[in-house]
Amino acid sequence: MNRAAIDLWVGVFVAIGLGAILFLALKVGNLLTLDQAPSYHVEASFDNIGGLKLRSPVKAAGVVVGRVESIKLDPKTYAAVVTMRIDRDYSFSKDTIASINTSGLLGEVYIGLDAGGDTAMLKDGDHIAKTQSAVVIEKLISQFLFDKAAQGGAGK
Amino acid sequence: MSSNTVSDLTQALRRIGGTVTGGVERLGYMARFLGAILWQTPMALRRLHLTVREIYFSGVLSLVIILMSGLFVGMVLALQGYEVLRRYGAQEQLGLVVALSLVRELAPVIGGLLFASRAGSAITAEIGLMKATEQLSAMEMMAVDPIARVIAPRFWAGIISMPLLVALFSALGIFGGYLIGVRMIGIDAGAFWGQMQAGVKFWPDITNGIIKSVVFGAAVSLIAVLEGYDAKPTAEGVSSATTRTVVISSLAILALDFVLTAFMFRGVGL
Repeated sequence: MNRAAIDLWVGVFVAIGLGAILFLALKVGNLLTLDQAPSYHVEASFDNIGGLKLRSPVKAAGVVVGRVESIKLDPKTYAAVVTMRIDRDYSFSKDTIASINTSGLLGEVYIGLDAGGDTAMLKDGDHIAKTQSAVVIEKLISQFLFDKAAQGGAGK
Repeated sequence: MSSNTVSDLTQALRRIGGTVTGGVERLGYMARFLGAILWQTPMALRRLHLTVREIYFSGVLSLVIILMSGLFVGMVLALQGYEVLRRYGAQEQLGLVVALSLVRELAPVIGGLLFASRAGSAITAEIGLMKATEQLSAMEMMAVDPIARVIAPRFWAGIISMPLLVALFSALGIFGGYLIGVRMIGIDAGAFWGQMQAGVKFWPDITNGIIKSVVFGAAVSLIAVLEGYDAKPTAEGVSSATTRTVVISSLAILALDFVLTAFMFRGVGL
């Protein structure tokens, strides 16, 4: 085999190898999407964020419109302050309600946005006033059991 | 009688000691050899076509086996993963399971093992035969350093080829998983890719897979050129050196994989 043919084959090999790395980065690792899209930041405080993590999705009506960018604890109020980065294409009214939901019983945790009727829209750096914290299933079950026990006690 | 037992005992002790000092000596030789390769690297890179030629032999010619294995490993992973995930009603996570296990573990390790047996053994046999036919001594006679001319290009070709081969292994494996999961079983394609993209992070998952493949490539190449360079210049010596290359580099890959995984994924996801 002469040198030109070898160079050609090695060039093809390196090109498809780098292509595979690019495929892993973009299609599998999702490195660039949504991060590059123009977006704005909105804050919301929650009493309990449950299993919310960085880069958890922000959804409106089930559609992913953004991602969680940072989670901090407010040292004065002891509430969790979540900063969301939302796609510029979508705007939400000032009285939007942010709630922490779980998809399915074991599914991922996300922030759901329910738009309100206000005509003023949320701007970059705004704070969402109305929030609903994560439901802790253990608390729910114990509450249910206590209620049942109280009912049973009252019935006798 | 008793003196015989004592001499047996000292003999055994001596053998253990000999094995240990022999192993340490080998390690020292390997380090010195690596130093010599790195020292001669600028000289070797000035003749880049030598390295390109070796990338052809160890990289391009390994493509078929790597691509086929990747495809089949991905397909098997999808079938097995689906069996387990279905019990929890989490079939949509199949893409995530296939991609994570390939990118983090299976592609570097299986790719490394295949590379060791496909390319490493060939390198050892070639260099060993060069030594047996006194081509290496002939080079030295002509004031050409065989480490710069023969060893370093093969070493660097292995380091360059491995990450590319492993990335291709992962990509083909994920494609195989897609074929089985989406085309055959009928999982929703959006869920397959979406869960994968939500769960696999470029940093640290994919980058750590690449780091692993570079380390394995360096280990396999170093062992292969060392065993070839150090082979007894006989037919038997070359054959046993080739066997040693495959055995030692396979063990090295598995041991290094454990060490690297323990370092890399400590605390991730917590």
